Amino acid sequence: MRILTGNDLPTGDVIWWTGDGWSRHVEEAVDVADQGEPIARAEEAARRVNGAYVIDATETPDGPRPAHIKDRIRALGPTVRPDLTLKPVDPNAGSWVI
Amino acid sequence: MYKYDQYDQAIVDARVDEFRDQVRRRLAGQITEDQFKPLRLKNGLYLQLHAYMLRVAIPYGTLNGKQMRMLGHIARKYDRGYGHFTTRQNIQYNWIKLQDAPDILADLATVEMHAIQTSGESIRNLSSDQYAGAAADEIADPRPWAELLRQATTFHPEFSYLPRKFKIAVTAADEDRAAIRLHDIGLKLVRNAAGELGFEVYIGGGMGRTPFVAPLIRPFLPAANLFSYLEAALRVWNRNGRRDNIHKQRIKILVHDLGQEEFTRQVEAEWQHILGNASDVPLVEVERIATHFAPPPFETGLSDAIDRSDPDFALWVDQNVKPHKAPGYAIVNISLKPVGGIPGDVSAEQIDVIADLAERYSFDELRATHAQNIVLPHVRKRDLYELWTALADAGLATPNLDLISDIIACPGLDYCSLANARSIPVAQKIADRFADLGRQRELGELKLKISGCINACGHHHAGHIGILGVDRKGTENYQLLLGGSGAEDASLGKITGPGFNEDGIVDAVERVTDKYLAVRQEGERFLDTYRRVGFEPFKEAIYG
Repeated sequence: MRILTGNDLPTGDVIWWTGDGWSRHVEEAVDVADQGEPIARAEEAARRVNGAYVIDATETPDGPRPAHIKDRIRALGPTVRPDLTLKPVDPNAGSWVI
Repeated sequence: MYKYDQYDQAIVDARVDEFRDQVRRRLAGQITEDQFKPLRLKNGLYLQLHAYMLRVAIPYGTLNGKQMRMLGHIARKYDRGYGHFTTRQNIQYNWIKLQDAPDILADLATVEMHAIQTSGESIRNLSSDQYAGAAADEIADPRPWAELLRQATTFHPEFSYLPRKFKIAVTAADEDRAAIRLHDIGLKLVRNAAGELGFEVYIGGGMGRTPFVAPLIRPFLPAANLFSYLEAALRVWNRNGRRDNIHKQRIKILVHDLGQEEFTRQVEAEWQHILGNASDVPLVEVERIATHFAPPPFETGLSDAIDRSDPDFALWVDQNVKPHKAPGYAIVNISLKPVGGIPGDVSAEQIDVIADLAERYSFDELRATHAQNIVLPHVRKRDLYELWTALADAGLATPNLDLISDIIACPGLDYCSLANARSIPVAQKIADRFADLGRQRELGELKLKISGCINACGHHHAGHIGILGVDRKGTENYQLLLGGSGAEDASLGKITGPGFNEDGIVDAVERVTDKYLAVRQEGERFLDTYRRVGFEPFKEAIYG
C-alpha cells in the first residue's frame, strides 16, 4: 500500500493522511494508491501539511507500517527516548520499528 | 567575554522582528515553503524527522551563566526539557514548533544570543579551542580574532550566497583541540622569529563525503591582514567554486582540483589586489574587542595542592581536569557522556546546575566543546572537590574525558532527516560494553566518533576509531574506520572492510581494542600503535 505523510505546518508534528484529514497516528493512515501527489499538493496549498510525500507501507492487523526504517521512526518517535514517543507508557510500542 | 554593543543588539533584535514577520507570512499562506525554507535556514531552523529543529549559535563555544540558563529555559518552555550540544560547539533543540520560533529568538536576543548563520550557505558559527584564555600551552587568546571574524562576516553581502557552507576555526596552541585542519579554513595563532603575531593559514579541510586534511596555504600571515587574506581566499572560491554539483561545492574540492600550489598562487594574487583597499579591520578595533576577553581577576598566591584522599574524586581529577595557565587554577571538563546516556544531551535541570556552577566557581564562564562536553575554564584548585560533589549530585561527574566512552555521536536516524542509520544506540552499546572504568583507563586515550551518514557530523573520519552508519537495502549497516585524528597530527581514518550490523560493530570495536592491547608498546596510545603497526594486523583481528 501507499500512504501519505508530512509534517504539520505550525507545529512540525509528524502526520498521516486519513482520507479526510490528518492524524498523528500511522495506524489511521489510508492507502492513497496513485492519488498521493495530488492530495499532497492540495493539502500543502491549504497549509494543512508541510513537506508531504508518499511512502510504501505494509498493511498489518495493527494498521499500516511504513516500509522504511526512517518512516517507522518518524511514526513513533526516537528509539532512544521511549518517554518521548507517541506511546511512552507502552514498553512494546516500538517492537515493530526496528 | 564579548558584550554586545548597540550595533550588535540592534542587528539581532531587527533579525528577530524580520523573522517573526516571515513566520507570520508563511503561516498565513503569503509565502510558500520553497520561499520560506531559505529564510528559516538562515535562522537556524530545520525541519527534521519529528519536528522543527533549532540550532542556536554559541560563538567559539563561549557563554556565561545567564546565557546557559536561557538555554535551559528554552528547553523547558519550548522543547521537551533537554538540549543537544553539537560537534560544532552549538546547541540544538529537537522539538520546536514553527509558531514558537520567533519567541525563542526573542528570548535568546535578551541574553545576546541568536541562531544566525547556523545553517545555509554562509560562514557558519566560528569554532575555537574550548580551553582558550585558560590553556597553559596557548600563546594568546584566540577568541578576539574569532569574534573579529564573526563581526566582519555576519551578514556580509559578499559571503551571504556562497557556493556552500563555510566553517572556520581559530586556535592558538600547539595542541589542536579544535580540529582546525578539518575546517574550510583553520587558523593557528603563532609568533614569527621577530615575535610578531600572525597566523598559520590552512585552507581546504573538511569531512563529509569527500574528506581532506587542509594543507598549509600560508605559514605566516601578519595578524593585521587576517580579514583581507580570508576575503581573498573566499573570493577565489566564490569565483571558481563549482555550483553545479552540491557534492563538489566546498572549498576543499577547489583546493584539491587546483592543487595546493595553484590555489595558493591565486589567493596570494587576489590578496595583493585587494591589499591596501582598507578591507582589513583596524588593529584598534581588534584591541577594543580584545578588552572583552581580558583574563578574569585571578587570585595570586593560591596553592596548587589538591586533596586526593577521596579515590573517586582523584579519578575524576586525573581524567577530566586539565592544567591552567594561572597558578592555583584548573580547567574542568564536564562529560556529557554517562554510560547509558545520549552523547551531548543535557536536561534543563542540568543546564541550570552548570550555569550555577559556572557563576560560582569559574568567573561566570563556560564553554561548549566540539566533543559535545562542557568546560568550566577557570576553577580554583581548592574548589575542585566542592565542585565535583555538586556535579556528581547532578549526574555530571563521569570521569571519562577522551576515553572510549567519551564518544562523539551525531543525532543520527533517531532525529535527523539526512541520516541513514542510528548513531546513538551504537554509542550507547559501545559505552555499555566498555563501562568498566578501569578497562577504559587501561585503553587510555581513544577517540571514538560515530556518524549516521556520509555528511560526517559525528566526525567519523577523525576518530581513532570511526563508525559510519549507512543504509544497505533499507537496513542499518555500520562501517568501521581506523586511524583518524582531528588533532595536530590530523589524519583521515581508513575503512576496514565490509560493514556490520548494530551488535556486530560493537564486537568489531572490541576486537580492535583487544588487538591494540596485545601489540602496544609502553606509552603508546591506540593511535600511536595503529600508526606503528599499520592497518593489516587490525583488519586481520576484525575479519580473521
